Amino acid sequence: MSDTARAIPSPAPEMPDHPGARRPARNHQYRTADHVGPAGPQTGKVRAESPVVHTDRFLGCYLPVTYEAVKQIAHDTEHFSSRRVIVRDVRPEITNTAPPITSDPPDHKPAKQLLLPPFTPDAMKKLEPRVRAICNELIDEFISQGKCDAAARYTKHIPVRAIAHMLGIPEKDSDLFIKWIHEILELGIKDDASLMRAVHEMSGYFAVHIEQRKKHRTDDLISTLMDARDKNGQPFSDMHVVGTLRLLLIAGIDTTWSAIGSSLWHLAKTPADRERLVAEPELVPTAVEELLRAYSPVT
Amino acid sequence: MAGRLKVRVDQDKCQGHARCKSLAPELFNLDEFGNAHEIGDGSVPPGLEDKAWLAQANCPEIAIEVIEE
Repeated sequence: MSDTARAIPSPAPEMPDHPGARRPARNHQYRTADHVGPAGPQTGKVRAESPVVHTDRFLGCYLPVTYEAVKQIAHDTEHFSSRRVIVRDVRPEITNTAPPITSDPPDHKPAKQLLLPPFTPDAMKKLEPRVRAICNELIDEFISQGKCDAAARYTKHIPVRAIAHMLGIPEKDSDLFIKWIHEILELGIKDDASLMRAVHEMSGYFAVHIEQRKKHRTDDLISTLMDARDKNGQPFSDMHVVGTLRLLLIAGIDTTWSAIGSSLWHLAKTPADRERLVAEPELVPTAVEELLRAYSPVT
Repeated sequence: MAGRLKVRVDQDKCQGHARCKSLAPELFNLDEFGNAHEIGDGSVPPGLEDKAWLAQANCPEIAIEVIEE
């Protein structure tokens, strides 16, 4: 297989299973060395050839690469499902859902609505003092050394502890969460047993916390999810709550530590930007938006 | 009168991403459930037209309509 995308014949051949659809560009290698680093040039080259590319990797899959193609597919819930959200070397039966990320209409909206109130901007503001304290506690551990591996000693721990705080589970369990995320998102790409083991451990962990709250409600997100009612006035099932908790733990942590880590990496290698933010701290909100855009943790 | 804009959030489409509230807090608010609504009758005060278009372009659910009156 070639590492570079080859041009497809024009017009592209029609796809037998999808009358009217043209076969997209083939064997695109999105994890080659070319794709580690700035996305612009490589993605631009691929986009110029085809709005959708195909790779034989991961048992064969298609990848929309233009804004229009992504938008069209994302909104076409009639033809495209969200039930499988991670592309892997294995494609087992789906046994564990994580609503709302794995939900399709009409189940998606109620599952998403369930999570809106705890994540409004006002709710986030209330969380800010604790998150600032977490950051300061972490910095205190290495400040006297004057330097550290920021990914390992700082960024990795912020979202884990913040989510634990929101969920009302012990922050000291955070090493366990880091282990699960590693097993699911890294090892799990190739090794289904590792992924399933982590998913079962997580489910068991949350089941214990749900049982505790059945006896005694607490002021945290787990209790909020248990108290929520759908539009028929019914509570969500324990399985739905556990699935959503798994989603919050995995998706909330992995994306956030990637974003914070990438941002610090940018500032570490771009002294001019760092000095400017020190001199003009009012630019920090804009910098956060731009860093999230440039180093998007979800691609 | 040319150039007056109104914004409207389609409640069936809104999923509460809150990008509009973040980009144009003068034009959009969130209710207690986290869903976005236009403020008042959605009239865009002079000078905020760009923010109306920005909010519309950034809505992941294509739920914001900008009406030119």
